[in-house]
Amino acid sequence: MKFKAMTAIAALAVSAPALLLADADDDTLIVNGEIEMITKAPAPEHLSGVLDEIVSGWHMRSDETQVMQADDFDNPGMIYTEQALDDWNAVNGTKGKSCASCHGDVEESMKGVRAVYPKWNDSKEKVYTMEMQINDCLTDGMGADAWKKSGAQMAAMEALISVQSRGMPMNVAIDGPAEATWEWGKELYYTRTGQLDLSCASCHEENYGNHIRSDHLSQGQTNGFPVYRLKNAKLTTVHGRFKGCVRDTRAETYSPGSDEFVALELYVASRGNGLSVEGPSVRN
Amino acid sequence: MKLSTLTLVVSVAAGSAMAGPIAPADVVFTEYGAVEASLSGQPGDAANGAKIMTTKSTGNCIACHEVSALSEAPFHGNVGPSLDGVADRWSEAELRGILSNAKKTYEGTVMPAYYKVDGFTRPGNAYTGKAAEGALDPLLSAQQIEDVVAFLSTLKDE
Ligand code: HEC
Ligand code: HEC
Repeated sequence: MKFKAMTAIAALAVSAPALLLADADDDTLIVNGEIEMITKAPAPEHLSGVLDEIVSGWHMRSDETQVMQADDFDNPGMIYTEQALDDWNAVNGTKGKSCASCHGDVEESMKGVRAVYPKWNDSKEKVYTMEMQINDCLTDGMGADAWKKSGAQMAAMEALISVQSRGMPMNVAIDGPAEATWEWGKELYYTRTGQLDLSCASCHEENYGNHIRSDHLSQGQTNGFPVYRLKNAKLTTVHGRFKGCVRDTRAETYSPGSDEFVALELYVASRGNGLSVEGPSVRN
Repeated sequence: MKLSTLTLVVSVAAGSAMAGPIAPADVVFTEYGAVEASLSGQPGDAANGAKIMTTKSTGNCIACHEVSALSEAPFHGNVGPSLDGVADRWSEAELRGILSNAKKTYEGTVMPAYYKVDGFTRPGNAYTGKAAEGALDPLLSAQQIEDVVAFLSTLKDE
């Protein structure tokens, strides 16, 4: 009798996580043997009744892809941070300055930055992505040309800045002046688009853990961005990924850097509040 | 003689008018989402239906559904239920309805409507990410729908 009851409890303990996490594996991610990543966390309060737990897209990838992210020598995204470090130190523009002229050592000044973006910019009176801030630094601060939105140089700089926050939990603010933008982002998240008539939620909220063709659907979290995608062997920005997902609904996409994608980025980032910054992560 | 020739001509004309495909906007759904009339007026070709279901650029049904009878095609998804034995659960008219516009059978479903051309938000030009130019074509033609219905009708467990 006693034995039977125990078996039943054990069986429950084994099957319950599989049901709750919908196919997310139980692996843990420790980068370089020292940075412990929070890849599963209780969902933030604003998702109550929608999701209980938030899960990094890392869990939905194959073991081979997962291990690449555990060591910087194996993570192909890390090469771009070296290129970006050259940009960080390079004098550029009419004012004779580099990023380092104002911000000094990237490892100190940029720690924690990635975890709180997108964030409200008081002087510009709107929600700013890291990319918008970088371009403002280039044009206003340095008198240089802005970089292409979601381009390779931008993605590399975002990777360099993200690395300084790896392991720290995402913590974007959604109240106060950012609230209206956040609400708009939420509306966009649940709006079905295109001839396939699918919203972000159709795939990443209702069906994460399921397979769509060969793709193992994640929650579509942004904590791993920029991501190095093995499929096209380069870094992909958040807006680049959004564009691809909207296109796949047979819709007219929004453009990288558009107000719509900025709002959506804030909202999606807030769904990941509590997951560690992973960028640059590795995905297929 | 003369009279019967005339009758013949008239009936051929009427027959061909009836056989023409029903436009997406004219499809009649029952209260439960079934579509009684053949969309093309022609019988479906089950073998072609199987091909449509596994082809990425046409039906791509296995992206979301597992179908044992199509197991030679790789990567069946599980966003939707397995379609094994689906003909035991649904009649031909019901299957036609689910394909034409699954939302009439399942409110709020993620399954796309394969024979619908309007009412979309930001419809694109196929998978280019650009805006659609002019009127949309349905995802599958009337005859392709009939072909898939014919194939699904073969999926019986009993
Ligand atoms: C038709 C299904 C579908 C829809 C709709 C969709 N996505 Fe995705 N998305 C995918 C697939 C497949 C992947 C790759 C596998 C994965 O990470 O989930 C993906 C990946 C992502 C990722 C990368 C996650 C990571 O960890 O690397 C993000 C972020 C994302 N989607 C956001 C969105 C947003 C925002 C929307 C709506 C604007 C959206 N998706 C709509 C299918 C979809
Ligand atoms: C994006 C995902 C998706 C695609 C693509 C898709 N379906 Fe579905 N289908 C579903 C879902 C989900 C359901 C279950 C309805 C629900 O609960 O929303 C369903 C239900 C069905 C059913 C009823 C199944 C049953 O067991 O009662 C049939 C039949 C069907 N689909 C056929 C097809 C065919 C044929 C195609 C391609 C021409 C197709 N589907 C494409 C998601 C999809």
